[in-house]
Amino acid sequence: MSDMFVVSTSPHLRHKDSISKIIWMVFLALVPAGLAGLYIFGPASLWVIIAAILSALVTEALILLLRGKKLRLFDGSAALTGLLLAYNLPSDVPLWIPVVGSFFAIAIAKQIFGGLGRNIFNPALAARAFLLISWPTYMTTWAKPFSYPDAISSATPLNLFKEGGMNLSQMGLSYWDLFLGNRGGCIGEVAVAALLAGALLLIALKIISLHIPLSYFISLGLFSWLFPARGGFATGDILFAILAGGVILGAFFMATDYSTSPLTRKGQIIFGLGCGLFTFIIRRWGGYPEGVSFSILIMNAFVPIIDRFTTPRVYGAKK
Amino acid sequence: MKLIREFTKGLFKQNPIFVIALGLCPALAVSTTMENALGMGAAATFVLVSSNIIVSAIRNIIPQKIRIPCFIVVIASFVTIVELLMAAYLPALAKSLGIFVPLIVVNCIILGRAEAFASKHKVLPSIMDGLGMGLGFTLALALVAAIREGLGSGKIFDVVVIKGYEPATMMVLAPGALLTLGILIAVTNLIKKRKA
Repeated sequence: MSDMFVVSTSPHLRHKDSISKIIWMVFLALVPAGLAGLYIFGPASLWVIIAAILSALVTEALILLLRGKKLRLFDGSAALTGLLLAYNLPSDVPLWIPVVGSFFAIAIAKQIFGGLGRNIFNPALAARAFLLISWPTYMTTWAKPFSYPDAISSATPLNLFKEGGMNLSQMGLSYWDLFLGNRGGCIGEVAVAALLAGALLLIALKIISLHIPLSYFISLGLFSWLFPARGGFATGDILFAILAGGVILGAFFMATDYSTSPLTRKGQIIFGLGCGLFTFIIRRWGGYPEGVSFSILIMNAFVPIIDRFTTPRVYGAKK
Repeated sequence: MKLIREFTKGLFKQNPIFVIALGLCPALAVSTTMENALGMGAAATFVLVSSNIIVSAIRNIIPQKIRIPCFIVVIASFVTIVELLMAAYLPALAKSLGIFVPLIVVNCIILGRAEAFASKHKVLPSIMDGLGMGLGFTLALALVAAIREGLGSGKIFDVVVIKGYEPATMMVLAPGALLTLGILIAVTNLIKKRKA
């Protein structure tokens, strides 16, 4: 009688998705934006991407060996961190920048906290913050689109907006340029159209949900519209605020990182709203023209407390 | 032999920074350069040894209930001495250490040693304890400062360490201090674990 039943503990329903499959799908979804970046900024950006991914893999292998853990290099997490870091760098940085950045991302931001799934902060963004604070000159020298191999430098639209007080037409750009990526910026953030295509794939596969990105856009758009730097109450340019910086890349691909974002829908909405608010505050009053990476890092720190206060009621339990 | 052990315990086994984790505030704040670290270490060691001597000498006549205020008065007197001496003879160092010299008064290591050691032991062991703890504090500070100054400004004592190195500014800022100290404490724990 007893061998007629399988006795096991939960979970009883299993899905064929694995962590590494999800990570490689995110990687795949990011490829179009990288190809677009390559087309816009030239071969220099390819070297940055290769250097970042390779050094992320080497660091991961080294630390896993030191920690006496199983080498799981091809679960894709280190490669994805390297790719995301490269997407957050200008195309003409010296190649040691992505190498040092990837080392910091994997060794300090990921492995010291316990490795895959245990990190509090998004490793790629932590590394970007480290690089930006340490070597600001390299990290804020942007190549003009399609200027390779001469590599003429140019400012990003957000920089021109903040420091120069220009609007879009004074920059000689249109919304269409911002959408297609014809502007100065990081390798992976400029090609909004390609990023959206990748994001659509992830949403269609249900790898990411829209809660974080949408609430991010809503709060950033709302605050930028209500309190613009110039022009008075409720006259801000919402489309510019969302298209001009790294918000698309940050909201779809970095704020949604599983281990550094809240678990529940309600928590994810709070998380997204907070990201938007902090991005707005940094852009409007902070020392940097762009605040996406710092605001996601700040909200990463809030994730445990958000999770604690948005725990759903257990079915049948009383409040 | 026992005296020597009182001295050596502060260097590694009970290092005030890496093991007991006391006095972290100056360790984080003034470890930006080697000069600051050594100056701070020397000042704190002087106060630590002197206050240990006095506290140990008067330990039997201090009423138990008000012993902490008594310790603070003794410590504050020596800090004032150090502060005035430093302002007179090493004005540049005094300026760069700033508020952290008067703050030695509330340095947990010094009050901690007065409470945990000097108030229970004779003068000679208390001197050895103060010297060892002070030296351990200074060495720990110097180690943190060497890493931070070396990585963060590319030179130690104005001597270029590696030619062509582009300093990582973050290391001389606050996050660099927290990262360095955290990693060094982890290394200390690793060494202790290996030994045990």
